[in-house]
Amino acid sequence: METEKLTELKTGPANGAPEPLEPLIYELGAPGRVGVSLPKTDVPEAELPADLLRADLDLPEVSELDVVRHFVRLSQLNHSIDTGFYPLGSCTMKYNPKLNEDMARLPGFALAHPLQDPTATQGALALMYTLQQWLAEISGMKAVSLQPAAGAQGEFAGILMIRAYHLANGEGHRTKIIVPDSAHGTNPATTAMAGLQVVEIPSDENGDVDLDKLHEVCGDDVAGMMITVPNTLGVFETHIKDIVDAIHGCGGLMYMDGANMNAMLGVAKPADLGFDVMHYNLHKTFSTPHGGGGPGSGPVAAGEKLAPFLPGPVVTVLEEGDDENPPLYGFTMPEQSIGRLKAFWGNFGMMVRAFAYIATYGAQGLRSVTDHAVLNANYIRARLKGVYPMPFDRMCGHEFVCEGHWKDIEGVHALDISKRLMDYGIHPPTNYFPLIVPEALLIEPTETESKEACDRFVEAMLKIAEEARTNPELLHEAPHVTPVGRVDDVLAAKQLVLCCRPIPEHGA
Amino acid sequence: MSYIPHTDADRAAMLEAIGVGSLDELFDRVPAALRFPKLNLPDGLSEMEVAAELRGLASANVHAGDYAIFLGAGAYNHFVPSVINHMLLRGEFYTAYTPYQPELSQGTLQAIFEYQSMMCALTGMEVANASHYDGATSLAEAATLARAVHRGKRTKIILSPGIHPQYRAVARTYHQGNELKFVGDKGSATIPDLIDMLDDDTAMLVVSYPNFFGQIDDLSGLATAVHQAGALLCMVVDPIALGLFKSPGELGADIVVGEGQPLGIPLSFGGPYLGFFATRKKYVRQIAGRIVGETLDKHGRRAYVMTLRPREQDIRREKATSNICTNQGLMALAACIYLSLMGKHGLRRVAELCYHKAHYAAAQIDALDGYSVDMTKPFFKEFVVTCPRPVAELNDYLLEHWGIVGGYDLSQDYPNRANQMLVAVTETNTKDEIDTLVEALRDHEAHAGHEHTH
Amino acid sequence: MAEWKTPEDLKYTENDEWIRVEGDTAKIGLTDYAQDHLSDLVFVELPDVGEVLTKGEAFASVESVKAASDVYAPASGEVIAVNSKLDDAPETINSDPYGEGWFVEIKLSNKAELNDLMDAAAYAKHCAARE
Repeated sequence: METEKLTELKTGPANGAPEPLEPLIYELGAPGRVGVSLPKTDVPEAELPADLLRADLDLPEVSELDVVRHFVRLSQLNHSIDTGFYPLGSCTMKYNPKLNEDMARLPGFALAHPLQDPTATQGALALMYTLQQWLAEISGMKAVSLQPAAGAQGEFAGILMIRAYHLANGEGHRTKIIVPDSAHGTNPATTAMAGLQVVEIPSDENGDVDLDKLHEVCGDDVAGMMITVPNTLGVFETHIKDIVDAIHGCGGLMYMDGANMNAMLGVAKPADLGFDVMHYNLHKTFSTPHGGGGPGSGPVAAGEKLAPFLPGPVVTVLEEGDDENPPLYGFTMPEQSIGRLKAFWGNFGMMVRAFAYIATYGAQGLRSVTDHAVLNANYIRARLKGVYPMPFDRMCGHEFVCEGHWKDIEGVHALDISKRLMDYGIHPPTNYFPLIVPEALLIEPTETESKEACDRFVEAMLKIAEEARTNPELLHEAPHVTPVGRVDDVLAAKQLVLCCRPIPEHGA
Repeated sequence: MSYIPHTDADRAAMLEAIGVGSLDELFDRVPAALRFPKLNLPDGLSEMEVAAELRGLASANVHAGDYAIFLGAGAYNHFVPSVINHMLLRGEFYTAYTPYQPELSQGTLQAIFEYQSMMCALTGMEVANASHYDGATSLAEAATLARAVHRGKRTKIILSPGIHPQYRAVARTYHQGNELKFVGDKGSATIPDLIDMLDDDTAMLVVSYPNFFGQIDDLSGLATAVHQAGALLCMVVDPIALGLFKSPGELGADIVVGEGQPLGIPLSFGGPYLGFFATRKKYVRQIAGRIVGETLDKHGRRAYVMTLRPREQDIRREKATSNICTNQGLMALAACIYLSLMGKHGLRRVAELCYHKAHYAAAQIDALDGYSVDMTKPFFKEFVVTCPRPVAELNDYLLEHWGIVGGYDLSQDYPNRANQMLVAVTETNTKDEIDTLVEALRDHEAHAGHEHTH
Repeated sequence: MAEWKTPEDLKYTENDEWIRVEGDTAKIGLTDYAQDHLSDLVFVELPDVGEVLTKGEAFASVESVKAASDVYAPASGEVIAVNSKLDDAPETINSDPYGEGWFVEIKLSNKAELNDLMDAAAYAKHCAARE
């Protein structure tokens, strides 16, 4: 059955159907072609173990120019920060400085092997150590581990640390993690992965955590609470101190999801707010590129209680330096570490970029980053107010949520508005998140967008609101000018063509 | 300042539109006592100054650009064709987000689809996901899959001691909160020993191919035994080795995971790398991570979209298969370009070069007085050298006097392997480099031997 | 506001399953309200014949493009037939939730359990209350 589907696929489009935008790499080239030149063997050839070898390898046969053109053409089918505005809420799509790319590619970083003797890689270790210190300072936390490869892994580390802390104190009965209903899906998913139970609590009409409901679930079975600050609705919790006190009061620990740190730099330190542990997203707050879905980097920062449980290894000073000599850095495992989260030391290439970013801005600059991120978000919010319904009419952080529908217009949804924005050359906001706002559009402009860019976005949004009334079909049929029209995701899920090659016989 | 474009006039106009008098007023909701703490960080720097500082740090590292390197152990100095970096530096790829909006992301989506297809071809599996963080976390997610397939009713995962020690550690970190037990890897169990551990509580058995010591174990009969016990067989593989050796699919594997760094990704001091993950189609709804599928757009044009989304955290929340959001998108793209350039013939050629050079190096070192190489089993690009003295001492000497980064000191992970060095040889190591290594080892023994006699 | 079919001859659960009792056996499926909210279904996972269901346990799951959901047994009993047509045509649940879109047939082990279920009028109210 698989093979049938594949044959059909290789014969190209059915009669009358439009040509694919770009052939698959497997549909290019010719038998015998190779895209790279390799050296001759300069040593005597050894005998290959015939009975262990594979008969065939089903890879493309294309030239270097075939490859270059193919991937350049593919790249041109993408929207990106480098090509246009990208107000994707909770993702912080800020400009990714070019310098940082060059720095990560310096041979001393890009060609260093992770298992060399640490005395031979003191530059890399010094960079990691400094970044740990900087991230500790920004959060007010005691210590940082750069191990986690992404925000989700940082979260996982944080929750495992909370679990390990309670176990170490003989309180293994603390198995509940409280999560607000506005939380990112990673929070409950992380809790489940750590073997703990999720207790979801509702938000009140202001978008804050419902304090009464919170008090009801506080007890000696609570391990901790995960919360995003500012929350996913874009607002600073009014009662953050009451929330922290309630959880600490019942013996739980506070986890801060750092997804929204772009609204916090130099404005408040998570540790000062009472958090025990948090993660950063270097790919959001500190401008390391999203890469079309990774790599990210999600360092985890911990206060006094949880620092010994950090994932490791982390970089520490083995011998203090003096005026003449730099310190000697090395890798050590925190005392009661939850363990390793990945091989080697974390996504080092992302650390280089984040280091360059923080070094560029410095203390005052980082505060200015947050100032302008929040300024842009509030500016757009103010300009869209009265046109798009807003569930929470108050000052926002670096993002805000509005609703992509109108009571008096039947059949226009957030999805239609999102797709229509594409026709104006703008990437849609995050839609249908947070789940608690109907037809949510979560808008995050970031600080690197100019007033003109914000204005262009506002104009497009106002125009679309008008089109929703005068010509809703324009929205339903959108996008009109993108490389492909609306994509049939139901068909994709039903046919499940996940690979374009025939399945080898033995695979069945 | 830096990358913030606002002028004073912009700020004034925007604050007025918002209806506040200053930037500080935007933060009125943050408790006043905690607001605007001092950050003890250095002052900001210009682009030139930042570049100078980072160049200084980079220059303090020994690296494969200046030194001959025989260190592997999970990260390898393979050749990276120039095309890859040029494509990765296209802003349309690296400054894009996860392709949630297919109409604006066909480039990323098609590249992932092609990557998935190539990983299926390489591993002999039916489906591959869009990747995990690295080889170690792919192994951890394989255990998650095995747990899901057995609905939590089987609790034992048998690990070969020949799996990368850090991968085994990561699998244990991931599963410390659930009922899974990892066994088998504490001693020096052979493949038959692992087979003997199979029982009706075993969810999965994992072997490495080649193993951490570079050898190709005899895996005949393994899949049959694992399947008879109702368990899954997972193989941790080196993707370059699969250019030459039988695919895991052919050997009966159910899940194939591994580190994709050798496929065109720089060493980069350990990351970002690429965890690949492939399995049989019947398990596709239980695997973690992004998956791209083929479909049509509304005009009937072939198009690609992320599919099987309800497995994921943003929809399924606590019932998701994993909390993973990202894949290693850009790294998967690098691997996709690498495999396109190498293709059917090039990858085989790279693998053969590794094989020949490693065998040449092994034979030369084995011939040295005091050194021996275990060549009892077939091996690929790494081999274990038993040395006359501690590996750390040899490596210091190699680096200081010969400009060579020596092999991996196995005693760090295996206490019974004192004085054993794991040497990696790839297509980038020339005969000259290998001969120099051999000469250096001989030279050291001559000198050290000399010192010892006096 | 949309109107959902709630045939009179069925009993319903709060989780939007229906059960049609025919003597000692009963067919089970998902309601019109459920299929409407899940949107186009793309995959169904069904139990095997011979499995014994306990009232309230998740015995099947359905998946659309945007959601996945467990299906819970409205009553206990052994599975005597499964609607394998759904494997290839899960959309049948959307087009005919109370007819061709049935999930399993069970041999009821405790008919008294049916007394806790809602009738059509109560269930219709339950649907309306959630809009």
